[in-house]
Amino acid sequence: MTSVILRTASRLLMTFLLLLSIFLLLRGHNEPGGGFIGGLVGASAFALYTIAYDVKAAREAFRLEPNTLIGLGLVLALLSGLFAAFAGDAFLTGQWLKFYVGDTQIKLGTPIFFDIGVYFVVIGVTLTMIFALEEEQ
Amino acid sequence: MNMLLAVLSVFVLAAFAPLLQRALKDATHWLLALLPLGLFAYFLTFLPPIRAGEVISTAYPWFPSFGINFTFYLDGLSLLFALLVTGFGALIVLYAGGYLKGDPQIGRFYLFLLSFMASMLGLVISSNIITLFVFWELTSLTSYFLIGYKHTYESARKAALQALLVTALGGLALLAGLILMSIATGSRELSEILTMGDTLRDSALYLPILILVVLGGFTKSAQFPFHYWLPNAMEAPTPVSAYLHSATMVKAGIYLFARLSPVMAGTLPWTLILTTFGAITILGAAALALKQTDLKRILAYLTVIVLGTLTLMLGVGGQAAVKAAMVFLLAHSLYKAALFMAAGSVDHEAGSRDVREVAGLWRVMPVTFVATVIAGLSMAGLPPMVGFIGKELIYEGLLDNIVLLVAMVVTNVGLFAATFVIIIRPFIARAVKAPKTPHEAPVSMLIGPILLSLTGLAFGLYPALIEVPIMEPAVAAVLGAPYDFSLHLFPSTFTEPLILSIVTVALGIVLYLFWTRTQAALASLDPKLDVGPAKWYERSLDLLTWTADTQTRLIQTGNLRYDIGAVFAVAFVMAGLTMLFKGGFDAVFIAPQAFFYEWALAVVMLAAAFAAVRTKSRLTAVVALGAVGFSVALVFVLFGAPDLAITQFLVETLVVIIIALVMIHLPSFRLDEEPDASTRWRDGIIAGISGLVITLIMLTVISQPFDRTLSAYFEAQSVPGGEGHNIVNVILVDFRAIDTLGEITVLAVAAIGILALLKLRSGQDSPQKEAS
Repeated sequence: MTSVILRTASRLLMTFLLLLSIFLLLRGHNEPGGGFIGGLVGASAFALYTIAYDVKAAREAFRLEPNTLIGLGLVLALLSGLFAAFAGDAFLTGQWLKFYVGDTQIKLGTPIFFDIGVYFVVIGVTLTMIFALEEEQ
Repeated sequence: MNMLLAVLSVFVLAAFAPLLQRALKDATHWLLALLPLGLFAYFLTFLPPIRAGEVISTAYPWFPSFGINFTFYLDGLSLLFALLVTGFGALIVLYAGGYLKGDPQIGRFYLFLLSFMASMLGLVISSNIITLFVFWELTSLTSYFLIGYKHTYESARKAALQALLVTALGGLALLAGLILMSIATGSRELSEILTMGDTLRDSALYLPILILVVLGGFTKSAQFPFHYWLPNAMEAPTPVSAYLHSATMVKAGIYLFARLSPVMAGTLPWTLILTTFGAITILGAAALALKQTDLKRILAYLTVIVLGTLTLMLGVGGQAAVKAAMVFLLAHSLYKAALFMAAGSVDHEAGSRDVREVAGLWRVMPVTFVATVIAGLSMAGLPPMVGFIGKELIYEGLLDNIVLLVAMVVTNVGLFAATFVIIIRPFIARAVKAPKTPHEAPVSMLIGPILLSLTGLAFGLYPALIEVPIMEPAVAAVLGAPYDFSLHLFPSTFTEPLILSIVTVALGIVLYLFWTRTQAALASLDPKLDVGPAKWYERSLDLLTWTADTQTRLIQTGNLRYDIGAVFAVAFVMAGLTMLFKGGFDAVFIAPQAFFYEWALAVVMLAAAFAAVRTKSRLTAVVALGAVGFSVALVFVLFGAPDLAITQFLVETLVVIIIALVMIHLPSFRLDEEPDASTRWRDGIIAGISGLVITLIMLTVISQPFDRTLSAYFEAQSVPGGEGHNIVNVILVDFRAIDTLGEITVLAVAAIGILALLKLRSGQDSPQKEAS
């Protein structure tokens, strides 16, 4: 499919979709969103790009092999769970680091890394499927 | 330092071995051998306390709530095995460094070898029976890697798989036996079970326990009819054979029988099973050993003889027999490892280990020759070797049982003759042209054979070296009671065992002289003894493949309509019937009270569903289904579930994209593909039942009073426990994170499956293509 309108629009949209996906991922712990949703939005961005251009271009834009991202995501989720061992807690117990920057309290926890793992896996899986199907042609 | 650390340190070293190999190249084995050597010294320090009757135990919790812990238990028997595993381990690592020098994958070999060593060490000092089982199966697994090390050869892969299947299946029987044992005694600790002999023997579960444990031990220790995997395992590189088939892997079954002797031996079934199978094993293996011409295969069958002998002696039980078994076990470990290493050196330096191809090597390989002779004399049971003491004790232990005694003498005659084949043929017989110009093996390959064979000689000349510090505690552990004895090279008087030894030697020499003729005579035995059980193995494998094949063809037809229909039919008919018979349907139809826009949504959904069913175009069907999905998402929005709604929207969008991509590859609907009336009725009924069941279940659910316990808990705990205000997300990534971990793993596996299906179908990167 070669549509100038779609191509132009997809380049613009992609930036926003990717930003939105990261936004959804990061706000997920307190507002609607999270790794799964963020991942689906991120995957949609590249799916749109694939339709507007072709797989080759989408693969180049994605840079990473989607398979690799699946593995990275799984490892990240697993490692975030192992962190609890240092505190003597059970596997996957959330560990939090709280500190203040000025008056704002910053909370950093292992669940966010777990969620990033989910995010990677969802993007990786969806794109693996879409790229593979598209290359079938 | 403690025992858990001892086991773990070897695992850790195993993990780093490939890196060390890359850094240190040819010097790696000298460094790697230091750890087992150190552990050998560490276990030596336990000799005095064990000798004083102490039992050393340590405990580390693993799953305390299930009674599964890293508890270690060191008594005379464990200590003997721990010393063998670590001491031999050091020598084998050295030998392997020389033997596999220049092999590009030697780092991986060290990884497998050290992992095996750690597993074996864990096995012999475990007190918790579940941990013992874990180590037991780890030895099966690591030996699979070791036997299949030369994985480019089909024979090696087959032998490795055979060893794994036989020993791991036996391991499962052992697990069942061990669990029954813990039910019968109420304990999962060997240290406690070992004091409950009467409870166990009187238990109604005794016979099942015995049979299951025996299955585990027989498969591991290659007793008839499971013996065939051991000679096939000679596909492994020689260091592996020398380690696995002398003091470790195959002795694990013997260790198990010895370990459980105090609480299980002495009953009629125990004696009957162990002695019968032991006797069949030794006679069969003796006949098969004389048939072979490959040095390693001869040694393999001789190993089977020894394992049979040990099983038999433990079956007989009692002070004399157990003493004989333990001394013989040590003697065998020493000479067999030395002989395997020597055979490997012959193979390595002369290019063949067929006794018909190599000869007269004593001139060029004097050190190997000396080691072979000393170890060989021990194996033949000649003085002044420790093997001689072992054999004398075995005869002495069997004096009361004339049938077993005769079987043992006949076997030993065969063993004696086979020993002479090993010593004389390759080394002394007139030189023939070897496949390559032989020369002496390098130092690292000489240390092992020489040290072990000389140790056998030293223990023979001065039996007091092992008598009090090692043998008495080991025998006491097997008997479950202290037992003082003394070992002598020669008996003070002219006794029956000595006469039997002389008879054995005389007949053995005769048999050796007629070796060629014996081989021809024995040819007919092979199908019955060796090929027979191996055939059963092949057949059961074939049966397994056939079952899988038939079942797959039956259930997974490749017809998508049929597959989906089957899934829905099974799932909803089962659920519906269960609900019906258990009185689960408790639906009260509540007249819906909805706003007009909710009614509108319901109408849209119904219309879209109807369109999806009636349409003739795939694209329309996909779009119609999408409409249903988006309407559902809107319902989620209306009822205040934004996370669900977003997810539903995104999934619907991506599903439409993916289905559209799939559709490009599908042929368009054709009239002759239109399903006939009966198919339509069948599918319609399945769909109708599925819808009905789901509706009834949903109505039942909303008829029940809503239980807010969980909701209330999550509402209260979300911020203090999970540091987040989005309860859905907190549940997903914190409270129930392990479910999510499972789900993303399933996702990953599904992606790999899809990739494989698509890529293999198109013929790119397909294995068949590579092979052709």
